[in-house]
Amino acid sequence: MAHGPAKGIGRWLFATNHKDIGTMYLWFSFSMFLLGGAFAMIIRAELFAPGMQLIKPEFFNQMTTMHGLIMVFGAIMPSFVGLANWMIPLQIGAPDMALPRMNNLSFWILPFGFALLASTLFMEGGAPNFGWTFYAPLSTTYAPDTVNFFIFGVHIIGASSIMGSINIIATVLNLRAPGMTMMKLPLFVWTWLITAFLLVAVMPVLAGAVTMMLMDINFGTSFFDAAGGGDPVLFQHIFWFFGHPEVYIIILPAFGVISEIIPTFSRKPLFGYSSMVYATSAIAFLSFIVWAHHMFTTGMPIAGELYFMYATMLIAVPTGVKVFNWITTMFKGSLTFETPMLFAIAVVILFTFGGFTGLMLAVAPADIQYHDSYFVVGHFHYVMVAGAVFSMSGAIYYWLPKWSGKMYDETMGKVQFWVAFVGFNIAFIPQHFLGLAGMPRRYADYALQFSDWNMVSSIGAFMYGAAQLMFLYNVVRTIVAGKPTSEEKTWEGAQGLEWTLPTPAPFHTFSTPPEVK
Amino acid sequence: MVSRVKQLVVYALSPLLLLSFVGQMAHAEDAHRSGWSLLNMPRGVTGVSNDIYDLHMVVVWICVWISVVVYGVMFYSMFAHRKSKGAKASNFHESTTVELLWTIVPVLILIWVAFPSTKVLIDLYDTSEADIDIKVTGYQWKWQYEYLGEGVEFMSELTTSESAIYNLEPKTEFYLSEVNEPLVLPVGKKVRFLLTAKDVIHSWWVPDLGVKRDAVPGFINETWAKIDEPGIYRGFCAELCGKGHAFMPIVVNAVSEEEYKVWLADKKEAAAAIREMAKQTFTLEELMVKGEEAYNRSCAGCHAGNGEGIPGAFPALKGSAIALGSVANHLDVVVNGVGGTAMQAFGAQLSEVDLAAIITYERNAWGNDVGDMVQPIDVLKFKQGQ
Repeated sequence: MAHGPAKGIGRWLFATNHKDIGTMYLWFSFSMFLLGGAFAMIIRAELFAPGMQLIKPEFFNQMTTMHGLIMVFGAIMPSFVGLANWMIPLQIGAPDMALPRMNNLSFWILPFGFALLASTLFMEGGAPNFGWTFYAPLSTTYAPDTVNFFIFGVHIIGASSIMGSINIIATVLNLRAPGMTMMKLPLFVWTWLITAFLLVAVMPVLAGAVTMMLMDINFGTSFFDAAGGGDPVLFQHIFWFFGHPEVYIIILPAFGVISEIIPTFSRKPLFGYSSMVYATSAIAFLSFIVWAHHMFTTGMPIAGELYFMYATMLIAVPTGVKVFNWITTMFKGSLTFETPMLFAIAVVILFTFGGFTGLMLAVAPADIQYHDSYFVVGHFHYVMVAGAVFSMSGAIYYWLPKWSGKMYDETMGKVQFWVAFVGFNIAFIPQHFLGLAGMPRRYADYALQFSDWNMVSSIGAFMYGAAQLMFLYNVVRTIVAGKPTSEEKTWEGAQGLEWTLPTPAPFHTFSTPPEVK
Repeated sequence: MVSRVKQLVVYALSPLLLLSFVGQMAHAEDAHRSGWSLLNMPRGVTGVSNDIYDLHMVVVWICVWISVVVYGVMFYSMFAHRKSKGAKASNFHESTTVELLWTIVPVLILIWVAFPSTKVLIDLYDTSEADIDIKVTGYQWKWQYEYLGEGVEFMSELTTSESAIYNLEPKTEFYLSEVNEPLVLPVGKKVRFLLTAKDVIHSWWVPDLGVKRDAVPGFINETWAKIDEPGIYRGFCAELCGKGHAFMPIVVNAVSEEEYKVWLADKKEAAAAIREMAKQTFTLEELMVKGEEAYNRSCAGCHAGNGEGIPGAFPALKGSAIALGSVANHLDVVVNGVGGTAMQAFGAQLSEVDLAAIITYERNAWGNDVGDMVQPIDVLKFKQGQ
């Protein structure tokens, strides 16, 4: 037993093995992804035509809120923690994560956090209905009583993230194989290390924000109530002090994945490795000092507006460096286009597009028109979905053969990619038009001039939704009936310690550390 | 050879396709603004909205040109450096010169954008020397406009019917962007908006005016507009404010200065007439009829048309202690609201006649047979007695 997994349910309940915990994180996040996706389908079905057809506006608000919360906290973040669990020990030559029991705890409190959150759907008053940004006083004085479940859920989810991050920091700083210096770390490990520091820094801020809400709602304080000397806009400052780093928490590990996949299928080393590390650090630093660009219409003093505009524009520089590096890596490579590479290229194209709209949003006077419109919805889906989710799909296709010892079906993978790619663009390009033309976000119903593009957007969204079911099918079919492979290097151009291990990766790896030259 | 030609065509086309797409966006402003041609931001009818539009297009074009270069190199590599074509990978992986170049060039482009942005922003923030002051108050889910110093104020609410929203009758042209009473403004005058809210945060957005500013409860925000052309301009609430978020549009009717003066004089007269009406005495039947109508307009959103509220969110009035209890307490709740809850203070929102009718209705509808009634004069006395 010392060398293999335990039998039965105990293997999972008491798991301390990084691969098992990684697997649980990945399946959990994927089930959350399907749940959040189902909410999105309800939203897009309702918005398919003007008028209320399927649901009531109050339920629509619950759907937009739950979609955002579940996708950000339940799908994207845990999926990258799962990937970190699997890959960081394999990539740095460590036998496991540094803190295996905490690893177990940080995973196993997650289902409880989300059960609390989702249970509100079945309660009197309904689920949170104040948007995933939960601005006070809509989320305090005017919230349904179930908001207390939401607050407790966020506390639990935050604790899980902090524990996961501490584990990653401890692992990367202490368990690197001999010779694996910091500047030899694979980019995925670097981006996760920086992300983990961001998480440790801002998750307590989020916990503080929801705790202040809890006090305002139940204990008579007035943090966010002007009548008692508080300020609703204070909430927004606190939220975005968490929320802006949060978007980089989501995207930086995705950058790491792309920096692994592109060199592999270009058969060429990553261009500008050290500049990638510095650019990632610069993005992380900037993420702390730009938060109020989400608040250009709140009536900040002009000095504040100007500062936040200039600081935000600066983010384009390190982000640009990353994109240029990826493209230069491809330049004069020897390219092949297997499914992971297709996803990686799509990320570069679509994320760059999201970066352009991000630059537009940074321009404060123009943001007066863009703010809280569908343009913003289009923008952040280009960075969150086409950035993070596409990277995650690419990562699964890329590493699944190493994990399972089975090869996915390349044709099915490519079909899934194209359905996702085309569906995604049909869904979200029109949202930019809608926003520019004046349609606000979080609208349960809309004026007639917005009908045409909303219908197109809905069709694209259904297509993108279908692509995720295909993805599930591809993954399950690979694991159950994929062609067995025992090649150490699944991909001809792959570099890194994980590709020196047998395939499938044994339960325990690197029990004796490898020597890195 | 043929494939080589095909390649070149693709290279040549990829930026062109992008350009034609953005070009279309740029020209869409001229087209009728509906349906498929809704692609770009409107130019609008104020100096600021035009400046914002120009700034927007500058940044769009910068993005287009950068993307032509970036995507161009990328697509070139994807076609030219394929393994299937026998491409051999080079091994270069760093160049300090190139790294410096693509750090410095973007910084210079950003500085270029920062100058006009700063200028427009400073202009947008200059609310000094306004000709007219309008106080805009956001409520769940309607807007109140007060012409400061003129004694004119009114509520502006959606007129689209529930049955149109629930597809029981056809939708008309201005579905969800029509109100009972638009904000009337003169052209050529600098109008300052003072924005606040009574419950949650709302945001007052009229794209053609280049104005979007949050209305925050307990605080006052300022912004301004000087409209160049007469016309009707429609906008929406842009900050999530509850279930009626999509149902509190904004309509601005910009008219000539003469028309504005005539309209304002009429409004002042009408306001005096309403104050006069508060001195009349009504019968129970009259109050119940008025009360039902006013209740459905102002109260049913939360407490429901049948007085049963929404369980878990809004309390029922049917059989409630407040509706069956003392008149003074009932008046207090409706006029002053209940602190720390979603119950607004309706004292400033509704006329004395409406308040009296609503309270009377709540005390006598749905089997709440208290039997007493409240006259407008009682409401007035209650307000003055505070």
